[in-house]
Amino acid sequence: MNTRAVQTIFMAEMKRFFRTIGQSLISPVISTVLYFVVFGAAIGSRIQQIDGVAYGAFIVPGLIMLSLLTQSVSNASFGIYFPRFSGTIYEYLAAPVSALEMVFGFVGAAAAKSILIALVILVTSWFFVPMQILHPFWMIGFLLLTAITFSLMGFIIGLWADGFEKLQIIPLLIITPLTFLGGSFYSIKVLPPFWQAVSHFNPVMYLVSGFRWSFNEVADVNIGISLAATVFFLVVCLGAVMWIFKTGYRLKS
Amino acid sequence: MTSIISIQNLSKTYASGLAALTNVSFEIKRGEILALLGPNGAGKTTLISIVCGIVNKSSGAVIVDGHDNVTGFRAARSLIGLVPQELHLSIFETVWDTVNFSRHLYGKDSNPAYVEEVLKKLSLWDKKDSKIVALSGGMKRRVLIAKALAHEPRILFLDEPTAGVDVGLRQDLWNVVRGLRDDGVTVILTTHYIEEAEELADRVGVINKGGLVLIEDKAVLMSKLGQKKLTLDLVTPVTALPKALAKYNLEIRSGGKTLQYNYDTKQGTSGIAGLLKDLAAAKLEYSDLHTEQSSLEDIFMGLVTQ
Repeated sequence: MNTRAVQTIFMAEMKRFFRTIGQSLISPVISTVLYFVVFGAAIGSRIQQIDGVAYGAFIVPGLIMLSLLTQSVSNASFGIYFPRFSGTIYEYLAAPVSALEMVFGFVGAAAAKSILIALVILVTSWFFVPMQILHPFWMIGFLLLTAITFSLMGFIIGLWADGFEKLQIIPLLIITPLTFLGGSFYSIKVLPPFWQAVSHFNPVMYLVSGFRWSFNEVADVNIGISLAATVFFLVVCLGAVMWIFKTGYRLKS
Repeated sequence: MTSIISIQNLSKTYASGLAALTNVSFEIKRGEILALLGPNGAGKTTLISIVCGIVNKSSGAVIVDGHDNVTGFRAARSLIGLVPQELHLSIFETVWDTVNFSRHLYGKDSNPAYVEEVLKKLSLWDKKDSKIVALSGGMKRRVLIAKALAHEPRILFLDEPTAGVDVGLRQDLWNVVRGLRDDGVTVILTTHYIEEAEELADRVGVINKGGLVLIEDKAVLMSKLGQKKLTLDLVTPVTALPKALAKYNLEIRSGGKTLQYNYDTKQGTSGIAGLLKDLAAAKLEYSDLHTEQSSLEDIFMGLVTQ
Protein backbone atom coordinates (compact mmCIF):
# COMPACT_ATOMS: atom_id res chain seq x y z
CA MET A 1 0.00 0.00 0.00
CA ASN A 2 1.44 3.35 -1.08
CA THR A 3 0.09 5.25 1.94
CA ARG A 4 2.33 8.20 1.19
CA ALA A 5 0.60 8.60 -2.19
CA VAL A 6 -2.89 8.33 -0.64
CA GLN A 7 -1.93 10.98 1.89
CA THR A 8 -0.45 13.16 -0.88
CA ILE A 9 -3.57 13.00 -3.06
CA PHE A 10 -5.76 13.63 -0.02
CA MET A 11 -3.75 16.62 1.16
CA ALA A 12 -3.50 18.12 -2.35
CA GLU A 13 -7.29 17.95 -2.68
CA MET A 14 -7.84 19.40 0.79
CA LYS A 15 -5.39 22.19 -0.01
CA ARG A 16 -7.60 23.22 -2.90
CA PHE A 17 -10.56 23.32 -0.51
CA PHE A 18 -8.74 25.42 2.08
CA ARG A 19 -7.36 27.74 -0.60
CA THR A 20 -10.94 28.84 -1.22
CA ILE A 21 -12.17 28.25 2.31
CA GLY A 22 -14.37 31.37 2.19
CA GLN A 23 -16.32 30.22 -0.84
CA SER A 24 -16.27 26.61 0.33
CA LEU A 25 -17.94 27.35 3.65
CA ILE A 26 -19.77 30.65 3.26
CA SER A 27 -22.09 29.52 0.49
CA PRO A 28 -23.48 26.46 2.34
CA VAL A 29 -23.90 28.58 5.48
CA ILE A 30 -25.79 31.28 3.57
CA SER A 31 -28.05 28.78 1.84
CA THR A 32 -28.79 27.10 5.19
CA VAL A 33 -29.72 30.43 6.72
CA LEU A 34 -32.00 31.10 3.73
CA TYR A 35 -33.71 27.72 4.14
CA PHE A 36 -34.32 28.48 7.82
CA VAL A 37 -35.71 31.92 7.01
CA VAL A 38 -38.03 30.54 4.32
CA PHE A 39 -39.02 27.10 5.67
CA GLY A 40 -38.37 27.67 9.35
CA ALA A 41 -39.60 31.17 10.05
CA ALA A 42 -41.93 32.06 7.16
CA ILE A 43 -43.59 28.74 6.35
CA GLY A 44 -42.59 26.63 9.32
CA SER A 45 -44.47 28.83 11.78
CA ARG A 46 -47.70 27.80 10.03
CA ILE A 47 -46.83 24.10 10.01
CA GLN A 48 -47.68 22.03 13.02
CA GLN A 49 -45.18 19.65 14.57
CA ILE A 50 -44.29 16.49 12.66
CA ASP A 51 -44.23 13.38 14.85
CA GLY A 52 -43.78 15.60 17.87
CA VAL A 53 -40.82 17.49 16.43
CA ALA A 54 -40.95 21.23 15.62
CA TYR A 55 -40.81 21.77 11.86
CA GLY A 56 -37.60 23.83 12.12
CA ALA A 57 -35.80 21.00 13.92
CA PHE A 58 -37.43 18.40 11.65
CA ILE A 59 -35.84 19.81 8.50
CA VAL A 60 -32.29 20.08 9.92
CA PRO A 61 -31.26 16.49 9.03
CA GLY A 62 -32.77 16.93 5.55
CA LEU A 63 -30.90 20.18 5.05
CA ILE A 64 -27.63 18.60 6.13
CA MET A 65 -28.26 15.62 3.82
CA LEU A 66 -29.06 17.95 0.92
CA SER A 67 -25.70 19.67 1.29
CA LEU A 68 -23.83 16.47 2.06
CA LEU A 69 -25.09 14.77 -1.10
CA THR A 70 -24.57 17.67 -3.46
CA GLN A 71 -21.18 18.62 -2.00
CA SER A 72 -19.93 15.01 -2.01
CA VAL A 73 -20.91 14.56 -5.64
CA SER A 74 -19.56 17.89 -6.83
CA ASN A 75 -16.29 17.70 -4.84
CA ALA A 76 -15.47 14.19 -6.00
CA SER A 77 -16.56 14.69 -9.60
CA PHE A 78 -14.57 17.90 -9.94
CA GLY A 79 -11.60 16.39 -8.07
CA ILE A 80 -11.05 13.64 -10.63
CA TYR A 81 -12.42 15.47 -13.67
CA PHE A 82 -10.00 18.38 -13.35
CA PRO A 83 -6.78 16.31 -13.72
CA ARG A 84 -8.42 14.57 -16.69
CA PHE A 85 -9.33 17.92 -18.21
CA SER A 86 -5.93 19.54 -17.56
CA GLY A 87 -3.97 16.42 -18.54
CA THR A 88 -2.21 16.09 -15.18
CA ILE A 89 -3.90 12.70 -14.74
CA TYR A 90 -0.84 11.23 -16.52
CA GLU A 91 1.13 11.65 -13.32
CA TYR A 92 -1.29 9.58 -11.25
CA LEU A 93 -1.44 6.85 -13.87
CA ALA A 94 2.33 6.65 -14.29
CA ALA A 95 3.01 6.59 -10.54
CA PRO A 96 3.14 3.38 -8.49
CA VAL A 97 -0.36 4.08 -7.21
CA SER A 98 -3.09 1.45 -7.40
CA ALA A 99 -6.67 2.17 -8.39
CA LEU A 100 -7.81 1.67 -4.83
CA GLU A 101 -5.22 4.11 -3.51
CA MET A 102 -6.40 6.74 -5.97
CA VAL A 103 -9.97 6.19 -4.82
CA PHE A 104 -8.91 6.49 -1.18
CA GLY A 105 -7.15 9.78 -1.89
CA PHE A 106 -9.77 11.47 -4.08
CA VAL A 107 -12.91 10.05 -2.51
CA GLY A 108 -11.53 10.41 1.01
CA ALA A 109 -10.83 14.10 0.41
CA ALA A 110 -14.22 14.72 -1.21
CA ALA A 111 -15.99 13.00 1.70
CA ALA A 112 -13.91 14.91 4.28
CA LYS A 113 -14.79 18.22 2.64
CA SER A 114 -18.51 17.51 2.53
CA ILE A 115 -18.49 16.28 6.15
CA LEU A 116 -16.80 19.52 7.18
CA ILE A 117 -19.53 21.47 5.39
CA ALA A 118 -22.22 19.28 6.99
CA LEU A 119 -20.80 19.98 10.43
CA VAL A 120 -20.72 23.72 9.72
CA ILE A 121 -24.41 23.55 8.71
CA LEU A 122 -25.18 21.58 11.87
CA VAL A 123 -23.53 24.24 14.02
CA THR A 124 -25.30 27.01 12.08
CA SER A 125 -28.65 25.28 12.61
CA TRP A 126 -28.11 25.38 16.35
CA PHE A 127 -28.43 29.16 16.21
CA PHE A 128 -31.91 28.91 14.66
CA VAL A 129 -33.67 25.92 16.20
CA PRO A 130 -33.46 23.96 19.41
CA MET A 131 -32.09 20.57 18.48
CA GLN A 132 -31.29 17.24 19.96
CA ILE A 133 -29.11 14.41 18.66
CA LEU A 134 -30.37 11.29 20.43
CA HIS A 135 -27.97 8.88 18.70
CA PRO A 136 -24.74 10.75 17.91
CA PHE A 137 -22.84 7.61 16.84
CA TRP A 138 -25.56 6.67 14.36
CA MET A 139 -25.60 10.27 13.19
CA ILE A 140 -21.84 10.20 12.53
CA GLY A 141 -22.15 6.74 10.97
CA PHE A 142 -24.80 7.90 8.48
CA LEU A 143 -22.82 11.05 7.80
CA LEU A 144 -19.71 9.02 6.96
CA LEU A 145 -21.47 6.34 4.93
CA THR A 146 -23.45 8.87 2.93
CA ALA A 147 -20.46 11.12 2.30
CA ILE A 148 -18.35 8.18 1.10
CA THR A 149 -21.14 6.68 -1.03
CA PHE A 150 -21.96 9.92 -2.80
CA SER A 151 -18.31 10.84 -3.18
CA LEU A 152 -17.84 7.51 -4.94
CA MET A 153 -20.80 8.37 -7.13
CA GLY A 154 -19.27 11.79 -7.83
CA PHE A 155 -15.99 10.08 -8.70
CA ILE A 156 -17.82 7.94 -11.25
CA ILE A 157 -19.50 11.03 -12.71
CA GLY A 158 -16.10 12.77 -12.89
CA LEU A 159 -14.70 9.82 -14.81
CA TRP A 160 -17.70 9.54 -17.11
CA ALA A 161 -18.03 13.24 -17.91
CA ASP A 162 -16.29 14.52 -21.00
CA GLY A 163 -17.20 18.15 -20.47
CA PHE A 164 -18.11 20.58 -17.71
CA GLU A 165 -21.80 20.41 -18.73
CA LYS A 166 -21.96 16.68 -18.01
CA LEU A 167 -20.34 17.32 -14.66
CA GLN A 168 -23.35 19.43 -13.72
CA ILE A 169 -26.10 17.45 -15.36
CA ILE A 170 -26.32 14.44 -13.00
CA PRO A 171 -26.36 16.49 -9.78
CA LEU A 172 -28.87 18.87 -11.33
CA LEU A 173 -31.19 16.33 -12.93
CA ILE A 174 -30.93 13.43 -10.52
CA ILE A 175 -29.36 14.18 -7.14
CA THR A 176 -31.21 17.40 -6.33
CA PRO A 177 -34.69 16.11 -7.35
CA LEU A 178 -34.12 12.85 -5.46
CA THR A 179 -33.10 14.78 -2.37
CA PHE A 180 -36.07 17.12 -2.50
CA LEU A 181 -38.43 14.18 -3.15
CA GLY A 182 -36.72 12.02 -0.54
CA GLY A 183 -38.40 13.64 2.42
CA SER A 184 -35.79 16.29 3.20
CA PHE A 185 -38.46 18.84 4.07
CA TYR A 186 -41.40 16.57 4.90
CA SER A 187 -42.30 13.15 6.14
CA ILE A 188 -43.29 10.88 3.28
CA LYS A 189 -46.16 9.75 5.49
CA VAL A 190 -47.97 12.95 4.52
CA LEU A 191 -47.95 11.87 0.85
CA PRO A 192 -50.84 9.99 -0.80
CA PRO A 193 -50.28 6.18 -0.72
CA PHE A 194 -49.21 6.03 -4.37
CA TRP A 195 -46.42 8.61 -3.93
CA GLN A 196 -45.41 7.02 -0.66
CA ALA A 197 -44.86 3.76 -2.57
CA VAL A 198 -42.91 5.59 -5.29
CA SER A 199 -40.73 7.22 -2.62
CA HIS A 200 -39.55 3.80 -1.51
CA PHE A 201 -37.67 3.53 -4.81
CA ASN A 202 -35.75 6.69 -3.97
CA PRO A 203 -32.44 5.75 -2.30
CA VAL A 204 -32.08 9.21 -0.79
CA MET A 205 -35.26 8.66 1.24
CA TYR A 206 -33.51 5.90 3.22
CA LEU A 207 -30.52 8.14 3.93
CA VAL A 208 -32.63 11.08 5.09
CA SER A 209 -34.89 8.83 7.15
CA GLY A 210 -31.99 7.08 8.89
CA PHE A 211 -30.18 10.33 9.47
CA ARG A 212 -33.30 11.97 10.90
CA TRP A 213 -33.86 9.01 13.20
CA SER A 214 -30.40 9.57 14.71
CA PHE A 215 -31.53 13.10 15.64
CA ASN A 216 -35.11 12.66 16.81
CA GLU A 217 -35.97 8.97 16.55
CA VAL A 218 -38.46 10.05 13.90
CA ALA A 219 -38.18 7.95 10.73
CA ASP A 220 -40.16 7.07 7.61
CA VAL A 221 -38.64 3.59 7.45
CA ASN A 222 -37.03 1.28 9.95
CA ILE A 223 -33.47 2.27 10.87
CA GLY A 224 -32.18 -1.20 9.93
CA ILE A 225 -33.63 -0.86 6.44
CA SER A 226 -32.10 2.60 6.12
CA LEU A 227 -28.69 1.28 7.07
CA ALA A 228 -28.96 -1.72 4.76
CA ALA A 229 -30.02 0.50 1.84
CA THR A 230 -27.12 2.90 2.48
CA VAL A 231 -24.56 0.08 2.66
CA PHE A 232 -26.04 -1.52 -0.48
CA PHE A 233 -25.69 1.74 -2.37
CA LEU A 234 -22.12 2.07 -1.12
CA VAL A 235 -21.25 -1.42 -2.38
CA VAL A 236 -22.82 -0.70 -5.78
CA CYS A 237 -20.79 2.51 -6.18
CA LEU A 238 -17.60 0.81 -4.99
CA GLY A 239 -18.15 -2.03 -7.47
CA ALA A 240 -18.66 0.45 -10.30
CA VAL A 241 -15.46 2.31 -9.42
CA MET A 242 -13.45 -0.92 -9.26
CA TRP A 243 -14.81 -1.96 -12.67
CA ILE A 244 -13.81 1.41 -14.09
CA PHE A 245 -10.24 1.03 -12.90
CA LYS A 246 -10.02 -2.55 -14.02
CA THR A 247 -11.07 -1.69 -17.55
CA GLY A 248 -9.37 1.69 -17.61
CA TYR A 249 -12.69 3.21 -18.74
CA ARG A 250 -12.16 6.91 -19.56
CA LEU A 251 -8.76 6.80 -17.90
CA LYS A 252 -6.63 4.65 -20.14
CA SER A 253 -7.22 4.08 -23.83
CA MET B 1 25.65 -3.55 -21.40
CA THR B 2 22.65 -5.35 -19.82
CA SER B 3 19.08 -4.65 -20.74
CA ILE B 4 16.95 -2.51 -18.39
CA ILE B 5 13.72 -2.61 -20.40
CA SER B 6 12.58 -5.48 -22.55
CA ILE B 7 9.72 -4.86 -24.94
CA GLN B 8 8.29 -8.12 -26.22
CA ASN B 9 5.86 -8.46 -29.13
CA LEU B 10 4.03 -5.32 -28.06
CA SER B 11 0.89 -4.46 -29.99
CA LYS B 12 -1.76 -1.82 -29.48
CA THR B 13 -5.01 -1.37 -31.32
CA TYR B 14 -7.19 1.49 -30.07
CA ALA B 15 -10.95 1.15 -29.70
CA SER B 16 -11.29 3.17 -32.92
CA GLY B 17 -9.58 0.30 -34.73
CA LEU B 18 -6.34 2.20 -35.23
CA ALA B 19 -3.39 -0.18 -34.96
CA ALA B 20 -0.82 2.11 -33.32
CA LEU B 21 1.79 -0.58 -32.65
CA THR B 22 2.26 -3.95 -34.29
CA ASN B 23 4.41 -6.63 -32.72
CA VAL B 24 7.24 -4.39 -31.55
CA SER B 25 10.17 -6.05 -29.76
CA PHE B 26 13.46 -4.55 -28.62
CA GLU B 27 15.71 -4.11 -25.63
CA ILE B 28 16.75 -0.86 -23.98
CA LYS B 29 20.24 -1.02 -22.54
CA ARG B 30 21.08 0.11 -19.04
CA GLY B 31 22.61 3.58 -18.98
CA GLU B 32 22.17 4.44 -22.64
CA ILE B 33 20.45 7.32 -24.38
CA LEU B 34 18.07 5.84 -26.90
CA ALA B 35 16.39 8.12 -29.41
CA LEU B 36 13.16 6.92 -30.95
CA LEU B 37 12.65 8.64 -34.24
CA GLY B 38 9.57 8.62 -36.33
CA PRO B 39 7.14 10.87 -38.15
CA ASN B 40 4.00 12.15 -36.43
CA GLY B 41 1.56 9.33 -35.74
CA ALA B 42 4.23 6.64 -36.04
CA GLY B 43 3.42 5.16 -32.61
CA LYS B 44 6.22 6.67 -30.50
CA THR B 45 3.99 8.20 -27.84
CA THR B 46 1.81 5.08 -27.70
CA LEU B 47 4.91 3.00 -27.05
CA ILE B 48 6.12 5.27 -24.25
CA SER B 49 2.62 5.50 -22.77
CA ILE B 50 2.30 1.71 -22.60
CA VAL B 51 5.67 1.32 -20.90
CA CYS B 52 4.77 4.03 -18.36
CA GLY B 53 1.30 2.61 -17.63
CA ILE B 54 -0.82 5.35 -19.18
CA VAL B 55 -2.17 3.29 -22.07
CA ASN B 56 -3.23 -0.37 -21.89
CA LYS B 57 -1.45 -2.72 -24.27
CA SER B 58 -3.44 -5.04 -26.54
CA SER B 59 -0.85 -7.83 -26.36
CA GLY B 60 2.80 -8.46 -25.60
CA ALA B 61 4.84 -7.65 -22.51
CA VAL B 62 7.02 -4.92 -21.07
CA ILE B 63 9.63 -5.97 -18.51
CA VAL B 64 11.31 -3.18 -16.56
CA ASP B 65 14.43 -4.32 -14.75
CA GLY B 66 12.88 -7.76 -14.26
CA HIS B 67 9.40 -6.52 -13.32
CA ASP B 68 6.39 -6.93 -15.60
CA ASN B 69 4.91 -3.44 -15.94
CA VAL B 70 1.37 -4.72 -15.29
CA THR B 71 1.71 -7.44 -12.66
CA GLY B 72 4.69 -5.77 -10.98
CA PHE B 73 3.57 -2.22 -11.71
CA ARG B 74 4.79 -0.76 -8.42
CA ALA B 75 8.38 -1.88 -8.82
CA ALA B 76 8.39 -1.11 -12.54
CA ARG B 77 6.89 2.37 -12.28
CA SER B 78 9.08 3.34 -9.31
CA LEU B 79 12.06 3.10 -11.63
CA ILE B 80 10.57 5.28 -14.35
CA GLY B 81 10.18 9.02 -14.72
CA LEU B 82 8.07 10.44 -17.53
CA VAL B 83 8.20 13.85 -19.16
CA PRO B 84 5.09 14.13 -21.32
CA GLN B 85 4.93 15.95 -24.62
CA GLU B 86 2.26 18.44 -23.53
CA LEU B 87 2.74 20.94 -20.70
CA HIS B 88 0.38 19.21 -18.26
CA LEU B 89 0.82 21.03 -14.96
CA SER B 90 -1.30 22.21 -12.03
CA ILE B 91 -0.91 25.86 -12.81
CA PHE B 92 -1.82 27.26 -9.38
CA GLU B 93 0.85 25.25 -7.57
CA THR B 94 4.33 26.56 -6.83
CA VAL B 95 7.32 24.88 -8.44
CA TRP B 96 8.50 23.58 -5.06
CA ASP B 97 5.10 22.13 -4.14
CA THR B 98 4.46 20.45 -7.46
CA VAL B 99 7.90 18.78 -7.55
CA ASN B 100 7.46 17.54 -3.99
CA PHE B 101 3.95 16.34 -4.86
CA SER B 102 5.46 14.13 -7.57
CA ARG B 103 8.05 12.75 -5.17
CA HIS B 104 5.42 11.86 -2.58
CA LEU B 105 3.13 10.31 -5.20
CA TYR B 106 5.90 7.78 -5.79
CA GLY B 107 5.85 6.95 -2.10
CA LYS B 108 9.13 8.68 -1.32
CA ASP B 109 9.69 10.67 1.86
CA SER B 110 10.60 14.34 1.62
CA ASN B 111 14.18 15.08 0.72
CA PRO B 112 14.58 18.86 0.40
CA ALA B 113 18.29 18.58 -0.37
CA TYR B 114 17.65 16.31 -3.37
CA VAL B 115 14.78 18.45 -4.69
CA GLU B 116 16.99 21.52 -4.33
CA GLU B 117 19.71 19.78 -6.33
CA VAL B 118 17.26 18.89 -9.11
CA LEU B 119 15.87 22.43 -9.25
CA LYS B 120 19.36 23.91 -9.36
CA LYS B 121 20.42 21.50 -12.10
CA LEU B 122 17.44 22.67 -14.16
CA SER B 123 18.01 26.38 -13.38
CA LEU B 124 14.71 26.48 -11.51
CA TRP B 125 15.97 27.21 -8.02
CA ASP B 126 15.22 30.93 -8.14
CA LYS B 127 11.70 30.11 -9.35
CA LYS B 128 10.94 27.58 -6.63
CA ASP B 129 8.29 29.79 -4.99
CA SER B 130 6.75 30.96 -8.29
CA LYS B 131 3.40 29.66 -9.34
CA ILE B 132 3.50 27.58 -12.52
CA VAL B 133 1.02 29.92 -14.20
CA ALA B 134 3.62 32.71 -14.05
CA LEU B 135 6.34 30.69 -15.82
CA SER B 136 7.30 30.77 -19.49
CA GLY B 137 6.79 27.73 -21.71
CA GLY B 138 10.46 26.79 -21.47
CA MET B 139 10.41 27.01 -17.69
CA LYS B 140 7.28 24.87 -17.57
CA ARG B 141 9.08 22.21 -19.55
CA ARG B 142 11.90 22.30 -17.03
CA VAL B 143 9.34 21.88 -14.25
CA LEU B 144 8.01 18.78 -16.01
CA ILE B 145 11.51 17.35 -16.09
CA ALA B 146 12.04 18.24 -12.41
CA LYS B 147 8.77 16.46 -11.56
CA ALA B 148 9.85 13.40 -13.52
CA LEU B 149 13.20 13.35 -11.66
CA ALA B 150 11.66 14.03 -8.24
CA HIS B 151 11.53 10.37 -7.21
CA GLU B 152 15.09 9.61 -8.32
CA PRO B 153 14.16 7.38 -11.29
CA ARG B 154 16.70 5.12 -12.97
CA ILE B 155 14.95 5.44 -16.33
CA LEU B 156 13.68 8.67 -17.83
CA PHE B 157 11.29 8.91 -20.75
CA LEU B 158 11.21 12.22 -22.56
CA ASP B 159 8.42 12.54 -25.09
CA GLU B 160 9.46 15.18 -27.62
CA PRO B 161 11.34 17.19 -24.97
CA THR B 162 12.41 20.01 -27.26
CA ALA B 163 9.28 20.41 -29.38
CA GLY B 164 8.66 24.12 -29.63
CA VAL B 165 11.53 25.29 -27.42
CA ASP B 166 14.12 27.86 -28.40
CA VAL B 167 17.68 27.01 -29.38
CA GLY B 168 19.21 28.08 -26.04
CA LEU B 169 16.85 25.96 -24.00
CA ARG B 170 17.31 23.04 -26.34
CA GLN B 171 21.05 23.12 -25.69
CA ASP B 172 20.41 23.36 -21.95
CA LEU B 173 18.07 20.38 -22.05
CA TRP B 174 20.56 18.37 -24.04
CA ASN B 175 23.18 19.13 -21.37
CA VAL B 176 20.75 18.01 -18.68
CA VAL B 177 20.12 14.75 -20.54
CA ARG B 178 23.86 14.12 -20.93
CA GLY B 179 24.32 14.84 -17.22
CA LEU B 180 21.63 12.30 -16.36
CA ARG B 181 23.30 9.67 -18.52
CA ASP B 182 26.58 10.42 -16.72
CA ASP B 183 24.74 9.78 -13.45
CA GLY B 184 23.73 6.35 -14.75
CA VAL B 185 20.14 7.18 -15.72
CA THR B 186 18.85 5.42 -18.82
CA VAL B 187 17.22 8.00 -21.10
CA ILE B 188 14.71 7.26 -23.82
CA LEU B 189 13.61 10.21 -25.87
CA THR B 190 11.24 10.44 -28.75
CA THR B 191 11.83 13.12 -31.26
CA HIS B 192 11.27 14.02 -34.82
CA TYR B 193 14.25 16.33 -34.79
CA ILE B 194 16.94 14.20 -36.37
CA GLU B 195 19.67 16.51 -35.12
CA GLU B 196 18.56 15.80 -31.58
CA ALA B 197 19.10 12.08 -32.07
CA GLU B 198 22.36 12.73 -33.88
CA GLU B 199 23.55 15.00 -31.08
CA LEU B 200 22.50 13.00 -28.05
CA ALA B 201 21.76 9.36 -28.70
CA ASP B 202 23.93 6.32 -28.21
CA ARG B 203 21.44 4.28 -30.18
CA VAL B 204 18.68 5.20 -32.56
CA GLY B 205 15.41 3.39 -33.12
CA VAL B 206 13.19 4.28 -36.04
CA ILE B 207 9.45 3.72 -35.68
CA ASN B 208 7.16 4.04 -38.64
CA LYS B 209 3.51 3.03 -39.09
CA GLY B 210 3.45 1.22 -35.72
CA GLY B 211 6.49 -0.94 -36.38
CA LEU B 212 10.13 -0.75 -35.40
CA VAL B 213 11.98 -0.25 -38.67
CA LEU B 214 15.42 -0.55 -37.11
CA ILE B 215 17.35 -0.06 -33.90
CA GLU B 216 21.08 0.38 -34.09
CA ASP B 217 24.08 2.09 -32.51
CA LYS B 218 24.10 5.58 -33.95
CA ALA B 219 27.68 5.35 -35.20
CA VAL B 220 27.16 1.88 -36.67
CA LEU B 221 23.92 3.00 -38.26
CA MET B 222 25.53 5.95 -39.89
CA SER B 223 28.53 4.03 -41.13
CA LYS B 224 26.42 1.08 -42.22
CA LEU B 225 23.73 2.94 -44.00
CA GLY B 226 25.48 6.17 -44.72
CA GLN B 227 26.14 7.19 -48.26
CA LYS B 228 29.24 9.26 -48.79
CA LYS B 229 30.02 11.63 -51.57
CA LEU B 230 33.31 12.93 -52.88
CA THR B 231 33.24 16.34 -54.51
CA LEU B 232 36.03 17.40 -56.86
CA ASP B 233 36.47 21.05 -57.90
CA LEU B 234 37.83 20.94 -61.46
CA VAL B 235 40.46 23.35 -62.75
CA THR B 236 38.85 23.31 -66.21
CA PRO B 237 35.06 22.86 -66.47
CA VAL B 238 33.84 19.83 -68.46
CA THR B 239 30.67 19.21 -70.43
CA ALA B 240 31.01 15.44 -70.76
CA LEU B 241 32.95 12.68 -69.09
CA PRO B 242 35.70 10.74 -70.81
CA LYS B 243 34.78 7.12 -71.60
CA ALA B 244 37.44 5.86 -69.20
CA LEU B 245 35.41 7.31 -66.31
CA ALA B 246 32.05 5.90 -67.36
CA LYS B 247 32.34 2.99 -64.92
CA TYR B 248 32.22 5.39 -61.96
CA ASN B 249 29.03 6.77 -60.50
CA LEU B 250 29.94 10.35 -61.36
CA GLU B 251 27.74 13.42 -61.77
CA ILE B 252 28.70 16.70 -63.39
CA ARG B 253 27.61 19.61 -61.18
CA SER B 254 27.80 23.42 -61.04
CA GLY B 255 27.85 23.83 -64.80
CA GLY B 256 30.74 21.40 -65.20
CA LYS B 257 32.92 22.99 -62.52
CA THR B 258 32.59 20.08 -60.08
CA LEU B 259 32.32 16.34 -60.22
CA GLN B 260 30.42 14.43 -57.57
CA TYR B 261 31.25 10.81 -56.87
CA ASN B 262 28.69 8.91 -54.79
CA TYR B 263 29.77 5.76 -53.02
CA ASP B 264 28.44 3.47 -50.40
CA THR B 265 30.44 2.84 -47.25
CA LYS B 266 28.84 -0.59 -47.07
CA GLN B 267 30.96 -1.64 -50.03
CA GLY B 268 34.35 -3.09 -49.19
CA THR B 269 36.27 -0.44 -51.14
CA SER B 270 35.26 3.08 -51.90
CA GLY B 271 36.85 3.09 -55.35
CA ILE B 272 38.33 6.52 -54.67
CA ALA B 273 41.93 5.45 -55.32
CA GLY B 274 41.04 4.05 -58.73
CA LEU B 275 38.95 7.09 -59.58
CA LEU B 276 41.76 9.49 -58.76
CA LYS B 277 44.19 7.46 -60.84
CA ASP B 278 41.80 7.37 -63.79
CA LEU B 279 41.18 11.12 -63.46
CA ALA B 280 44.93 11.73 -63.70
CA ALA B 281 45.15 9.41 -66.72
CA ALA B 282 42.29 11.30 -68.38
CA LYS B 283 44.13 14.55 -67.66
CA LEU B 284 41.28 15.99 -65.60
CA GLU B 285 42.92 18.24 -63.04
CA TYR B 286 41.21 19.24 -59.81
CA SER B 287 42.01 22.10 -57.45
CA ASP B 288 40.29 20.70 -54.33
CA LEU B 289 38.37 17.70 -53.10
CA HIS B 290 36.28 16.90 -50.04
CA THR B 291 34.00 14.11 -48.77
CA GLU B 292 30.66 14.34 -47.01
CA GLN B 293 28.76 11.70 -45.12
CA SER B 294 25.00 11.66 -45.40
CA SER B 295 23.24 12.81 -42.23
CA LEU B 296 20.94 10.78 -40.06
CA GLU B 297 18.17 12.78 -41.66
CA ASP B 298 18.97 11.33 -45.06
CA ILE B 299 19.03 7.84 -43.57
CA PHE B 300 15.79 8.46 -41.73
CA MET B 301 14.01 9.81 -44.77
CA GLY B 302 15.28 6.85 -46.73
CA LEU B 303 13.75 4.49 -44.20
CA VAL B 304 10.36 6.07 -43.66
CA THR B 305 9.65 6.71 -47.30
CA GLN B 306 10.44 3.14 -48.33
